[in-house]
Amino acid sequence: MKITLFIPCFVDQFYPQVGMGIVQVLERLGHSVDYPEAQTCCGQPAFNAGYWDEARAVAERQMTIFRDAEAVVIASGSCGAMVQVYYPELFRHHPREKEARTLAAKTFEFSDFLVSQLRVVDVGARFPARATFHDGCHALRELGLKKPPRQLLQHVRGLELVEMPEAETCCGFGGTFAVKFPMISTAMGEVKCSSIADTGAEYVISNDSSCLMQIRGILDRQGRSTKTLHLAEVLAQT
Amino acid sequence: MNAGAKEFNEAARRNTADLRQRDRIQKALAGYYLKREDYQNRFPDWAGARDLAAEIKREAINHLDRYLDEFASRLEARGTKVFWAPDGQAARDYIVGVARQHKVRSIIKSKSMTAEEIHLNDALEQAGFEVVESDLGEFIVQLRREPPYHIVFPAMHLTRQQISDLFHDRLGSEPTNNPEDLTMIARRIMRRKYCEADLGISGANFAIAETGMISITENEGNARLTTSLPKIHVALVGIEKVLPKLSDLALFLPMLATAGAGQPITCYNTLYGGPRQPGESDGPEEFHVVLLDNRRTELLADAEQRDALHCIRCGACLNVCPVFKNIGGHSYGTTYQGPIGSVITPHLRGLQDWKHLSQASSLCGACSQTCPVKIDLHHHLLHNRRYAVRLRPAPVENCLQAGLAFVMCRPRLYALAARLARIAQPLSRLVEGTVLDPLRAWTKTRSLPPMAVKSFHQLWQERKKS
Amino acid sequence: MTYREIILGRIREALKVVAPPPIFRNGAAGPSRLPAAPPLWLPSAGGTLGEQIELFRRNAEELKAGFFECANLSEAIQHVKELAVAGGWKKIGRHSGELTDALAQELGLPEVRTDGGYAVDDLESCDAGLTECEALVAQTGSVLVSAPSAGGRALSVLPPHHVVLARGSQMVPDLTAALQRVQKKFQDKFPSFLSFISGPSRTGDIERILVLGAHGPKKLTILLLP
Repeated sequence: MKITLFIPCFVDQFYPQVGMGIVQVLERLGHSVDYPEAQTCCGQPAFNAGYWDEARAVAERQMTIFRDAEAVVIASGSCGAMVQVYYPELFRHHPREKEARTLAAKTFEFSDFLVSQLRVVDVGARFPARATFHDGCHALRELGLKKPPRQLLQHVRGLELVEMPEAETCCGFGGTFAVKFPMISTAMGEVKCSSIADTGAEYVISNDSSCLMQIRGILDRQGRSTKTLHLAEVLAQT
Repeated sequence: MNAGAKEFNEAARRNTADLRQRDRIQKALAGYYLKREDYQNRFPDWAGARDLAAEIKREAINHLDRYLDEFASRLEARGTKVFWAPDGQAARDYIVGVARQHKVRSIIKSKSMTAEEIHLNDALEQAGFEVVESDLGEFIVQLRREPPYHIVFPAMHLTRQQISDLFHDRLGSEPTNNPEDLTMIARRIMRRKYCEADLGISGANFAIAETGMISITENEGNARLTTSLPKIHVALVGIEKVLPKLSDLALFLPMLATAGAGQPITCYNTLYGGPRQPGESDGPEEFHVVLLDNRRTELLADAEQRDALHCIRCGACLNVCPVFKNIGGHSYGTTYQGPIGSVITPHLRGLQDWKHLSQASSLCGACSQTCPVKIDLHHHLLHNRRYAVRLRPAPVENCLQAGLAFVMCRPRLYALAARLARIAQPLSRLVEGTVLDPLRAWTKTRSLPPMAVKSFHQLWQERKKS
Repeated sequence: MTYREIILGRIREALKVVAPPPIFRNGAAGPSRLPAAPPLWLPSAGGTLGEQIELFRRNAEELKAGFFECANLSEAIQHVKELAVAGGWKKIGRHSGELTDALAQELGLPEVRTDGGYAVDDLESCDAGLTECEALVAQTGSVLVSAPSAGGRALSVLPPHHVVLARGSQMVPDLTAALQRVQKKFQDKFPSFLSFISGPSRTGDIERILVLGAHGPKKLTILLLP
């Protein structure tokens, strides 16, 4: 299968190693990976803020770029939800509605792709550490992906996965919410970080880099040593 | 930013800084989660129950004219006076009119968020009537002269110590740290009021069209007493409370109890179909049902968000909302708090003044996931944001968003912008956290990661070459 | 135009636009199948009377209501006498009925009869209220009362101890059956008041701590006769 990568804008600029991790894992599993370099952003920042016309303009470009892709793997739960759940909404009654639905149907968040499409739970990874998993809200609720990340992590050699009580509670990032309502966003993040600390884990793993940016941001100010890693980075370790 | 949004931000700032309060709310809700999980598991198919409940409400709301008509007609056939109130003013005027007409001296009231919504108590008090809230939580916040903190648990923000002090100050009772003793203080006062009141005002949880009855759900028994002893009973009912059939209650009563309070069923679920009928030993001589629109029909007309009228006011969405848990109920500054409040308040009270509620959310979706009638709550917040942008655009954000879209549609421009950002980043580090920092909203409380030395685009290009 | 016409007009106007389907993953229109027969959304209440009684007993216990299965009326009367002594009852409220008449006679306490009306203060000072009921609901441990079967609205909620006398034939499996039963019995002539009572009165309004006897009865006792 030829797999096409969709690397969201902030993964591109802040966490490219996440994208590289996905490439490494997929190639290790024997697949070839394509990356259309004209891609930029899924359009979610505009969409979430209510600027649907602007979001549509950006989304239309991406739809064209990925038109011929067979399977699209996207490096973030929230961007995955944008394409899979919100593109059909954004293009309802629009001439390109069918195209939006087609793209939605062939796009998958990374852990979802491995487990449900490639039917793989063991990617040959090794990462001896004590870690906990943070469920990004979009992946968890919009895409229903509670199990796949955990199934994958269970097969990582040496990894001890502990669940935190507030695993499913929002970290507080929420896109522009984080800067429009910083005090609420920070309070939510503090609840999350407290729950992480309660597990005694060395690492907190997630399938959404924006969540990790928020969590890392607060852990740093709290002087906590817990490290943050994206699921793809863990699975890339051998 | 309008005044309401400023107040909201101020309140949110104040309340998120109050760590003890936040802790107290978290603890108050911890027990709820466990019990609700337990009782949900008693349903062989909770997901199926939600689907069915949503279907029943969808049927009721999408044929609201027919069911309301049936409801009103059946009530009237048995001697109930039905008043259709297009807005809060009409409802207030009618109820004050009933009180005046009967020269009422004392009014007792059971819990009604609809009455809160139209500020009924204020209208009655201004007209010279004493109104006593009989629900313990409502009684407490009434004494404190503050609005309810939560639509189901009005006093959840208070400690027993605070309540003891309040009772001591306002009622002259002995201080006590025992919740049972505090409850008994209120009970003793209330018993007098039930016996003396000549008008009882209630809300309603459901309005059954098939049999022309209202259904009231409660644990304390105060609603039953409010509606048993006084000569007149006035029930204020939002038009969206309609259920088509009596048998629908067999589903909704356990679901309301489970989702709302983590109980298998609430202590009293009472059906009222008229004033005292011939042969009955007691009950009001007059029964009035006030059907309230107050812009619900506007929400109805918004077909995309019509399902917000499915709401059974269980409060589950508040209980799971991380925003609510951190800012508390009073920060919202309006009757309906939490996710449902953030969705409907812009419709019921104006988008321009209340859009900030729909914006103050991370869209985590916990609310939609938990709603027993499957309202698409967090998606409606997105819809409201879309409306807000079209309504009266904010010039700065308009430019930013237009600029962002412009850049994102042009890969070379995007790459250039990224390069410039990399150059600017060390400079921004100099002003990080200060007034000059454009990203201060983030950097005040969180560290900002550095941009990667090479973007994924660049790494990929390098890979291709090698 | 009357207000009724105005509001119904607004509704009809609003409903001219059909609601779109909710947003789901991959734009699916959402679940189309509804669950099986409505009564199956809470655990089965058991086929036999014996099973239903057992379930009712368990639920009543959880709700902190007293429940006693009595072999005959004498046993029931004995139970109530014990409650009266333990509670120091000086005056009871009751209505006229096959079971309440027999019970009241044996108790021999001063009483307030609600039939045909009563003085509120008289009822308020009663130590207990004795009533019959419409049905017992096994699935939830609830007592369904109505104005005619329980002496009006206040008798079962004002005195601090509510005692219910019921017969086995009044046990129904679940809420659906209870509602069907009253619909069948009353047809169009419903009483003005019906109530499902599930345990003694309670509140959690103070720090979410459970307190019994908030406004309604602090004690609820249900006696089941054959």
